[in-house]
Amino acid sequence: MKSAVIVFPASNCDRDAKVALEQMTGKTPHMVWHQDSELPDVDLVVLPGGFSYGDYLRCGAMASQSAVMKSVKAHADKGGMVLGVCNGFQVLTESHMLPGALMRNAGLKFVCKPVGLEVEETQSGFTRKYEHGQRVTFPVAHGEGSYFADEETLNRLEGENRVAFRYAKGENPNGSARNIAGILSEKRNVLGLMPHPERVVDEVLGGTDGRNLFHSLIETLS
Amino acid sequence: MSSSLKARVFITLKNGVLDPQGKAIGHALNGLGFGSVGEVRQGKVIDLELSGSDAEKAKTELKAMCEKLLANTVIEKYEIELK
Repeated sequence: MKSAVIVFPASNCDRDAKVALEQMTGKTPHMVWHQDSELPDVDLVVLPGGFSYGDYLRCGAMASQSAVMKSVKAHADKGGMVLGVCNGFQVLTESHMLPGALMRNAGLKFVCKPVGLEVEETQSGFTRKYEHGQRVTFPVAHGEGSYFADEETLNRLEGENRVAFRYAKGENPNGSARNIAGILSEKRNVLGLMPHPERVVDEVLGGTDGRNLFHSLIETLS
Repeated sequence: MSSSLKARVFITLKNGVLDPQGKAIGHALNGLGFGSVGEVRQGKVIDLELSGSDAEKAKTELKAMCEKLLANTVIEKYEIELK
């Protein structure tokens, strides 16, 4: 499985993503600068967490207009897989590659802690190695992670089984609509989520619940 | 002297979209003794200077700017004022 991690100015989880991919796939991902307009030949593109462009205007808004995003969209349009974590999820909604928007946390505080999630959907290349309803713990670290979409969009996401992860009961850290933590695109080849699976692939870092996401990708893409 | 236009764009949250910042501002104002304050909604103002003097063209361009970048129309609405 060949992968690339996009690096925006003020990305800060790009190295976490790189290390996790190296550890899980045995291959070093390409690190692609936001001004590059071409992507290397890869199976998976990762949009990492961080504060791209200083979160100016809105989180992910400036990044969504960067040169590299045209290629990321083209990659996804051809069926290529794209994983957006945290700021990466915000970039995906700002790019309209995923519906809805991520807004200021309901409690107005930056929340940085492990949260309990339920894997809601296992019929995807990102989640096939999990059990349906499996409880996992991923860390979150964001100030703007409250998922919002109109009722019609939320109903459609649920009707099409596109809610991949939900915050477990009592664990919603940000006021997200219907406890949504991560969603899939219509073609199910793009996943955006606020929690960080790449930070839980090694016991040393406090957990391994994120490993199955990478195992799923490896199985899907090799 | 080359001609230019000045524009002001107001970006606000759509009705029904929760605004926790606005709510916090409202609470703070109530706490300061401004008991008359009810709902508060916060938004943004962006001032732009545009070259040229064709107001219609500028309005069309500004609308495109709002749709493409300045506002996120999933959650926000915008108003354009041309001076």
